[in-house]
Amino acid sequence: MRLETVAACLDETDRALINALQQGFPLCDEPFAAVGAALGLSEEAVLHRLSDLLARGVLTRFGPLFQIEKLGGAFVLAAMRVPAEDYDRIAELVNALPEVAHNYRREHAFNMWFVLATETPERIADVIAYIESITGLKVYAFPKEREYFVGLKLDA
Amino acid sequence: MLDALDRRLIVATQAGLPLVPRPYEALAQQLGVSAGEVQTRLARMLEAGIIRRIGAVPNHYALGYRHNGMTVWDVDDERIDALGQQVGALPFVTHCYRRPRHLPDWPYNLFAMVHGRDRGETEAAISEIAQLLGPACRAYEVLYSSRILKKSGLRLTG
Repeated sequence: MRLETVAACLDETDRALINALQQGFPLCDEPFAAVGAALGLSEEAVLHRLSDLLARGVLTRFGPLFQIEKLGGAFVLAAMRVPAEDYDRIAELVNALPEVAHNYRREHAFNMWFVLATETPERIADVIAYIESITGLKVYAFPKEREYFVGLKLDA
Repeated sequence: MLDALDRRLIVATQAGLPLVPRPYEALAQQLGVSAGEVQTRLARMLEAGIIRRIGAVPNHYALGYRHNGMTVWDVDDERIDALGQQVGALPFVTHCYRRPRHLPDWPYNLFAMVHGRDRGETEAAISEIAQLLGPACRAYEVLYSSRILKKSGLRLTG
């Protein structure tokens, strides 16, 4: 997938809804009605717009966002310096592993950045050793040592 | 810790909440418990940090944030924690972590994802971080992504 903008035509109401839903979602019997009440929208309008934003890919997810480490799993960023002429072949090898959750090409000597997600922390080292063995390249692991507070973000 | 019902609730919601007027009741019916129980369990997992938040995740590109760079900084170990908090609080930073250096190949220990609507906005954001870090930062680089090679979420299998 190329990094291109989805032609997003968002109106003011969509933007207000996206901003509100980035902050959280109430735990009550009729949460969509509660979100709507705060924005001057009906429950039906909130549900309709939300489904539409998800279908258009403006929102990639809606629901609880889990922190895998707290569930006993591990999530580790890793990088490799891949020779340009061999890039596509190596990307295919790495992407084929189910433990590779994301993989991005970046413009740098360290040009392949991927996230390994495993159900146990011990498994990370095995997957790294395996990637090194099939690619012949060194894998640099960048586990989180500390996460700094990140507040609410991108203004829609 | 998590019991079997928590785990079933995670599996049932990891693809998203049902888009119906009473989503917790819909989940409760699926799991054979009360809607109150579902809300209580979700509240407990929020409290414990197992759930970061319940809400929407926007596609940055669709919102017009096309210039996204992974900025990496070599910051004085003595000062990184105090400064990292400040960098994380900046409005255009969506992720901010301390990570290990790999000397001599990789000297950077602070990673911050920066988002801008155009190159100028992103560059202004990067200068703001550089200014904030001041002399505590020895060097930095910006790694722009040129291609998404793979993007799939983690899925628990229950």
